[in-house]
Amino acid sequence: MKSFIPDIDRQQTVISIRGLYKSFGSNHVLRGVDLDLHRGENIVVLGRSGTGKSVLIKVIVGLLYPDAGTVTVLGQEVPELDAHALRDLRLKVGFCFQHGALYDSMTVGENLAFPLKRNEPGMSRKERDKRIEMVLEAIGLSHTIGQMPAELSGGQRKRIGIGRTLILRPEIMLYDEPTAGLDPITCTEINDLINEVQHRFKTSSIIITHDLTCAKSTGDTIAVLKEGRFIRQGNFNDVFGSDEALIREFYEYNFIQ
Amino acid sequence: MEPIEQSDKPVISKQVDGFFITVYEIFGFISRFFREVLRRPFETREFIRQCFYIGNRSLPLISLTGFITGLVFTKQSRPSLAEFGATSWLPSLISIAIVRALAPLVTALICAGRVGSSIGAELASMKVTEQIDAMEVSAINPFKYLVMTRVLACTICLPLLMCYNGLIALVGAFVDIHLNEQTSMDTFIQNAFTNISFLDLAASLVKALVYGFTIGIVSCYQGFHASQGTEGVGKSANVSVVVSMFLIFIEEVIIVQLVNMIR
Ligand SMILES: Nc1ncnc2c1ncn2[C@@H]1O[C@H](COP(=O)(O)OP(=O)(O)OP(=O)(O)O)[C@@H](O)[C@H]1O
Ligand SMILES: [Mg+2]
Repeated sequence: MKSFIPDIDRQQTVISIRGLYKSFGSNHVLRGVDLDLHRGENIVVLGRSGTGKSVLIKVIVGLLYPDAGTVTVLGQEVPELDAHALRDLRLKVGFCFQHGALYDSMTVGENLAFPLKRNEPGMSRKERDKRIEMVLEAIGLSHTIGQMPAELSGGQRKRIGIGRTLILRPEIMLYDEPTAGLDPITCTEINDLINEVQHRFKTSSIIITHDLTCAKSTGDTIAVLKEGRFIRQGNFNDVFGSDEALIREFYEYNFIQ
Repeated sequence: MEPIEQSDKPVISKQVDGFFITVYEIFGFISRFFREVLRRPFETREFIRQCFYIGNRSLPLISLTGFITGLVFTKQSRPSLAEFGATSWLPSLISIAIVRALAPLVTALICAGRVGSSIGAELASMKVTEQIDAMEVSAINPFKYLVMTRVLACTICLPLLMCYNGLIALVGAFVDIHLNEQTSMDTFIQNAFTNISFLDLAASLVKALVYGFTIGIVSCYQGFHASQGTEGVGKSANVSVVVSMFLIFIEEVIIVQLVNMIR
């Protein structure tokens, strides 16, 4: 369980999704998704592979366009924003990709500097270096600053991905399977990092995973996605306490993975 | 909002639909290029880096093929001219062929192979590893940073490479003519350049600009629209080259027609 009590403001929703539909041709991926993310809250989205978890958060940042429904982020209707407004909104929403998506022609330091240079052109070099140093220290990878992404391990790459997102100081973090394919110790490190980010930077987050340990240690609310909609929503004990079958399904799934 | 029913059924057939969708998307790509080209921020550093890459990648091949085209073309033309005892026309014949046709085409085809494939593969691998989406979500305009710089670099570098290729081809021709007809450098230069008009040079420069733009746009488009998976990377590189070459030949025909109308 979490090592601290997060400061959640239930009055304030930062992301609000109603009746979201998204399909690719005849593949109906999301079929009526409703979700509320409150300020300061970590929501964990659980679901089997291919249920549309990645699609859901891509719709939130406007990488994919919904077929129907409303997606409100920080009070703005995402599908209706023009390019300029979308750009401003994206500065406040950090997106961590499933496979890191580091720029592989740049060093770790340059990966972190790139979003800063484009979005805060007034920032002096010294300030920028300081910010990069601070973020690298927060993710515990200060020594990798001069390395290329290809020289890093999978877990390090994911953490750098999280760092690159943090560098713009977002209000909302979206993590796409931050612990998938990592050993249990690295998983614990990443879970701790997610909690530290919530604590230290006061972010609200959506964390996608199929790892129950991750869900338990980072989630304030658990939402289970199945066949295009959320079938369960609540804290860990509410969701899994009453229903043995659901847990079994997930444990079996974790072993197959 | 109610969900919109989407149908999978193609309007005509899957291939025909796909073709028209691609054409439509490429025009969208081109119009976006012209809409954004004068807008800030200018990615100057990335642009210079791309120019350097393009030059660097193609210079050795351009030098080699330039020299060989000049040399071989001279050797092949000599017998026909010798029949009429007109080998003294060789320099002007060769220089016209090089300036009007050979240099632009050879340069364009080599760049399509060398530069087009590498841009196609590079952008496609960035697409499939979600690096382009990553730029998008960190509020960086990937079109400006990746496409604009590469298309501009191709468009600027091709004419330069063409001039260089033409000069090297003339050197090749001179070597052969000097060895066989003992023509001096002065005579060669005088003969070679008297018959080249301003229109010839201008038309070739325009051609090179158009070819460069084509290679840039086609390979960036292919990279940006790569299908998921590693397979998509190879396919993008391949299709970039094939489509660029195909378009270059079509453009060649059109431009030659237009120039002949002016002449
Ligand atoms: N750009 C796209 N074009 C077509 N189909 C897509 C696209 N993106 C996702 N899909 C489809 O949507 C479905 C859900 O994909 P998604 O990536 O959201 O799954 P996921 O829940 O994140 O799974 P995983 O846990 O394996 O990452 C899949 O069936 C996939 O084929
Ligand atoms: Mg996914």
